[in-house]
Amino acid sequence: MASEHIVVSCTINGEQQVFLANERDSLLEALRDRIGLTGAKEGCNNGNCGACCVNMDGRIVNSCLVMAAECEGSEIRTVEGLASGDQLSPLQNAFLEQAALQCGICTPGFLVAAEALLEQNPDPSEHEIRYWLAGNLCRCTGYDKIIKAVQQAAGQSVV
Amino acid sequence: MVTAQSPETEKYNVIGTRPIRHDGVDKVTGAAQYGADISLPGMLAGRVLRSPHAHARIVSIDTSKAEALDGVLAVITNADFPRASDEVIDTGEGTAQLNWVLDNVIASDKVLYKGHAVAAVAATDHHIAEDAIELIEVEYDVLIPVLDVRDAMVDGSPLLHDSLHTGEMDGSKSDNPSNTASHLQFTKGDLDAGFADADVVIEREFETSMAHQGYIEPHNGTAYYRADGTLDVWTSTQGAFVVRDSVAPLLQLSPSQVKVTPMEIGGGFGGKIPVYLEPLAALLSQKTGRPVKLTMNREEVLLATGPTSGTYMRVRMGAKRDGTITAADVHLAFEAGAYPGSPVGAGAMCALAPYDIPNQRIDGYDVVVNKPKTAAYRAPGAPQSEFATESVLNELAEELGLDPLEMRLQNACVEGAQRADGFTYGVIGNVECLQAAQDSPHWQSELQGPNRGRGIAQGFWFNIGFESSAYAQVNGDGTVPLVLGSTDIGGTRASIAMQLAETLGISAEDVHPHVVDTNSVGYTQVTGGSRTTFAGGWAAYETAMDIRRQMEERAAQIWECDTSDVSYGDDAIIRGPQDEDGNDQQFTFKELAAQLVTSGGHIVGRADVNKTSSGPAFATHIVDVEVDPDTGKVDVLRYTAVQDAGTAIHPAYVEGQMQGGVSQGVGMALNEEYYYDESGDLKNASLLDYRMPTALDLPMIEPIIVEVPNPGHPYGVRGVGEVPIIPPAPAVRAAIANAIGVHMTELPMSPRAILDATVLEDE
Repeated sequence: MASEHIVVSCTINGEQQVFLANERDSLLEALRDRIGLTGAKEGCNNGNCGACCVNMDGRIVNSCLVMAAECEGSEIRTVEGLASGDQLSPLQNAFLEQAALQCGICTPGFLVAAEALLEQNPDPSEHEIRYWLAGNLCRCTGYDKIIKAVQQAAGQSVV
Repeated sequence: MVTAQSPETEKYNVIGTRPIRHDGVDKVTGAAQYGADISLPGMLAGRVLRSPHAHARIVSIDTSKAEALDGVLAVITNADFPRASDEVIDTGEGTAQLNWVLDNVIASDKVLYKGHAVAAVAATDHHIAEDAIELIEVEYDVLIPVLDVRDAMVDGSPLLHDSLHTGEMDGSKSDNPSNTASHLQFTKGDLDAGFADADVVIEREFETSMAHQGYIEPHNGTAYYRADGTLDVWTSTQGAFVVRDSVAPLLQLSPSQVKVTPMEIGGGFGGKIPVYLEPLAALLSQKTGRPVKLTMNREEVLLATGPTSGTYMRVRMGAKRDGTITAADVHLAFEAGAYPGSPVGAGAMCALAPYDIPNQRIDGYDVVVNKPKTAAYRAPGAPQSEFATESVLNELAEELGLDPLEMRLQNACVEGAQRADGFTYGVIGNVECLQAAQDSPHWQSELQGPNRGRGIAQGFWFNIGFESSAYAQVNGDGTVPLVLGSTDIGGTRASIAMQLAETLGISAEDVHPHVVDTNSVGYTQVTGGSRTTFAGGWAAYETAMDIRRQMEERAAQIWECDTSDVSYGDDAIIRGPQDEDGNDQQFTFKELAAQLVTSGGHIVGRADVNKTSSGPAFATHIVDVEVDPDTGKVDVLRYTAVQDAGTAIHPAYVEGQMQGGVSQGVGMALNEEYYYDESGDLKNASLLDYRMPTALDLPMIEPIIVEVPNPGHPYGVRGVGEVPIIPPAPAVRAAIANAIGVHMTELPMSPRAILDATVLEDE
């Protein structure tokens, strides 16, 4: 049952990274255990909760369902890459101003997913936001304030 | 958004505002460190082997092959722990026998539910640990599982524990062993006379499924036992002191040898009060001399942690034609899971709590079954018991042709009313919630369309106080670091810091709250029971008053006058007597803070409070649903939640608690269930099949905050987290009945259950 190790080279949050992955490592495990980026969270490890969402080559993926070895040559963006230095992104600010988080464990996944939504659809309807974010589970907020934070980041007026 | 805040609370400067929470930036940048994020030099990865059977005797465990695997450093079973006594320890929201705590952490002679821990390993890598547990050979003698609460109570049922006898409230025990761990009863008035007085009597039976807290972060526990006999534990917990006081006796260590550092916690709702992995990590670390981290996967979380009780309940309620409720008889049988300790007691006390009913009897039974040991879940016991009572009340209103909201107002408890358990209410906002609901745009609107219906329900939860600690320093620049023992599960750093800021007269931003380990702050009870903003806030208030006193003393020293001539005003100006030239002498908080070092040294304020009072909370919910008659699916169209917060310290997070409670309550109402086959195998142990509400399943949830300040708190706080999970299920049930004329008798009211009750019955 000995595991093989593989050298993987990819770009993470704009930085070139070369790391040694266990062949059984998912991207989530590689990010957390090999690279030390713990912003992406494990909630279910089978693609049902969205807490591990990262952006891989312009696409949202559940990083628990991607093997680390598949990431060779990829461009990956995680929650740690959303802010520029100490300048939070509009979406991050909106989450704070709208009180869109309670425990915060699902927040990284929601931020990564919502940012991708706004890139593709800068002015989404409430239904479009709910549909897009239906793959991310939040157990604390009832989603209300998360939806409003995305609306605020999209420049919509929030009641 | 409608916020019915009273003029009473407009007098505050900080309370009632919506500052950015202090821990917010860390949580939107990914910097916040949750339990599973910890990494230590030389750290090993652990894994737990779990029982495939619901009920079996362990004949033998052979760990030799696992131990021989390259990279495995230790394998442990129950036999490796010191023998635990039957002493009773504080487990946060309750108490438990130490030997049962240990047996739930890792099984001794019997496994009592599928997923019960049997052995644990520590290895150099988590993949190796996963391989290792596959190599452990366990021989089981499989027994008949006890899966239904009513079957479990029958004489002759297979027994989970040969030593368990039914305890009565007078302390007596049954002669024969039983799965019924305890029976309690609350009575008031004359039940028979009450029913004789009634014009209409309705009796209904209900069954509800176990449901899980569903926090997104799985359990974790990391421990490092050092050669000097000290043990460090890092974990996501609602109560670091409870972890310390559970782990220490399980390993026969002094509490002074154990330091627990609470990491950021990814949800708990009561489910992260008990210990599961921490004692295993501690023993594995003791065996290996290295730090060991254990984490659960989602299947383990669903199989072996939480949930709340499944129940069988029967309610009989009678009323006069004018709507006066004359009598109620409530029978509650709650599944405790594998060990005693369901929340049936709280469920019984809450069952009829909103109503002043002269004649009552409430019986509660705590029953062990071959399912996971239940843990507290948001208003433990009340969502079940109040589902049953609120549902029967709604049917009585329907039968009598009365407005269900008016009928509630007519029977509502007010100040001075006494519950069957003997508690007499002080100032409460029961009626105010009902009135705010009556005046709401939602209740005033018309609902139209086929298969649509509206329902309402009321909810009650005690809220609690108990021990909390807060220490604060005054820095020279006028900022105040605040040290807390309460883990922050949803904004309590902010809500406690705001009460300190209000008392000192400074800004919320000038307070810097920190959650610290068990060696760095006084004893603090769990974050739960809606006690943290209440009791933590009280500690912060007293800490601030301590600082105010010390700053008065310091100013007196500087001005060389009597302390009695100095006063710290609520505007944060410290005023003294006039000086020799007749000029006013005063300091702002920041001016005096800047002089502390040169005038005698720093100031530290502290308070350790133990408040046995509480602030009862009520809520009224209104829901509109649409039922698809072909599929049985229920869509929630509109939702309004009214709640008395006492004083809403940070209204945005009060709304968030209300909305989150509604979401969990709607999940419990419509989809969430533990689905067991007859062998006791949980068939839906994943977040795909254990179906919690997604963003697409819910509409916006309209919060209406009512503020009837709690006279038993410096700022009128009541606590807000628990009560909003209670009304959703009975309100949704009433809405379904209003939509399609069917009164459901089970939770969840899933598409399957709705079809069973409608289409299939018609055939």
